[in-house]
Amino acid sequence: MSATDTNADCMRPTGNAAPAELSTQEKERLRAPFNRERVFRNFSYFSPIVILLLWEISAQLGAIDLRFFPPPSAIAETFLSMIVSLELFRHIGATLQRVAVGFLMGAVPGLFMGIFLGLFLRPRQIVGPILAALYPVPKIAILPLILLVFGTGDMSKYVIIAIGVFFLMYYNTFGGVRQVPQIYLDVAQSTGANRYQVFTQIALPSALPQIFTGLKLSAGTSFIIIAAAEFLGARSGVGFFIWASWQTFSVTRMFVGIVTISLLGYLTLTLIDLIERRVVPWARN
Amino acid sequence: MTTTAATEASIIVEGLTKAFYEPRTDSETIALKKLSFSVRQGEFVCLVGPSGCGKTTALRVIADLEQPLSGEVQVVGGGRPAVVFQEQSVFPWMSVQDNIAFPLRVRGIWRKDRLERTRHLIDLVGLNGFEKSLPHQLSGGMKQRVSVARALAEDADVLLMDEPFGALDEQTRLELQQELLRIWDASGKTVLFITHSVDEALTLADRVLVMSHRPGRILADLQVGFSRPRDVVELRRDERFWDLTYKVWSLLKSGAAIEGDAG
Ligand SMILES: Nc1ncnc2c1ncn2[C@@H]1O[C@H](COP(=O)(O)OP(=O)(O)OP(=O)(O)O)[C@@H](O)[C@H]1O
Ligand SMILES: [Mg+2]
Repeated sequence: MSATDTNADCMRPTGNAAPAELSTQEKERLRAPFNRERVFRNFSYFSPIVILLLWEISAQLGAIDLRFFPPPSAIAETFLSMIVSLELFRHIGATLQRVAVGFLMGAVPGLFMGIFLGLFLRPRQIVGPILAALYPVPKIAILPLILLVFGTGDMSKYVIIAIGVFFLMYYNTFGGVRQVPQIYLDVAQSTGANRYQVFTQIALPSALPQIFTGLKLSAGTSFIIIAAAEFLGARSGVGFFIWASWQTFSVTRMFVGIVTISLLGYLTLTLIDLIERRVVPWARN
Repeated sequence: MTTTAATEASIIVEGLTKAFYEPRTDSETIALKKLSFSVRQGEFVCLVGPSGCGKTTALRVIADLEQPLSGEVQVVGGGRPAVVFQEQSVFPWMSVQDNIAFPLRVRGIWRKDRLERTRHLIDLVGLNGFEKSLPHQLSGGMKQRVSVARALAEDADVLLMDEPFGALDEQTRLELQQELLRIWDASGKTVLFITHSVDEALTLADRVLVMSHRPGRILADLQVGFSRPRDVVELRRDERFWDLTYKVWSLLKSGAAIEGDAG
């Protein structure tokens, strides 16, 4: 017996073996790549500024037509004055609220539909083709119809965003669930997990990486759709603002609107990225 | 089979045939052909045989993860068997402790309780300090130990293990073998244990079933009579251990020769 007892101690080198300390240098060397990585990542958030810089330089050099492409410095000036006068915030608030509500209305059903059809054969065979037939219908083409049915208020904006988001979320989640390695489903089945548990414990987490891809696509698409929708039937929102500026040929103001939309989308995507990094740590590579 | 044997049997495999069909090439693979054996309650049985002979397939049918083509498989008595899979099977999205406690979660036990109840298993497989790690931060052998602990967490009467110690170094393997024997001694579980290692089979088992090449059938059913409790290291000083090792190896070799002639 004593032979194995001594073994027992060496057996757990990974666990509570005597703590082997690192030298300070070693600790530093160990952390260096991560620190470098963090610095780089923080910088990378600002890389879109490069576009603005190139634009500014070409404007200053007179390489582009200033009537259509005012320099970013001029846009920034207008931008700032509008922020000071709070004019822009009303539009940003309206747009964000529409996107948030529409996004949720589309993403949640899309997510559940994706998991449901991904897991179960019969529903997939029946409902799958219906969704495939509906997906290619151009959302902008049915906008007038939606305005007719839901009125020109916010509801029609929610609905048009929800439709677009639903399909992106559905297809990405579905793809994720279909790729759940069989072994995980086997483990669940062998422990006697019921359908609900397979749904929440296996299918959902396993599909999370693709679900996040869906969320990011959906977020971007939401802003594209809302801008278009606000062109047509709205009295507020960044899309309306762009349209109104264009009609009075205030090109600089129009660009303020465009940059605002771009910024809103960018911030949303970055936010989702950050959440993803916390929620899906195992899919980092 | 006599009635006395039937009443105390825990796993009964009777004329099990299992084949796989590949529609693309319209071909079939016969994995098992009329396989029969049984395992008594509280018995420790090892299944050895060449790669691809259908060991995993048999285990999956017993675990009710596959349906037999013909024949019958019966797991007598309480509940479903716990399974340690051959493949990497720990959930990458759960920490070590949550992976191990998963079977209790399925039963609806609160997190605090289930972590409490599985803490000793983390000790047992030597993963203390790694409770909160995610599997991608572990080595292959450590992941394997997580899946062994997860199966033990189920506390099922029947334990099906498919090369559970395959990815481990010799030393860790000996340690876990000893622990498994201890748990088995104390709990009276029925264990069906698949291994490639003749050595491991003789160390652990009451009986060793030697399988032929695919389609697998039982070449021999050997009693391993070493006294219990066993010391996995000391056992190797016993001469009968090497006699039996020789016997199993000859069987595997002759089984292969017959197959070679036939195919
Ligand atoms: N899902 C499957 N589809 C098709 N063929 C399969 C499937 N599973 C197993 N087989 C075939 O059945 C045979 C037996 O496979 P099995 O996994 O049971 O072997 P094994 O004895 O466990 O081998 P190893 O020791 O290498 O794990 C093999 O020829 C394999 O190709
Ligand atoms: Mg196998």
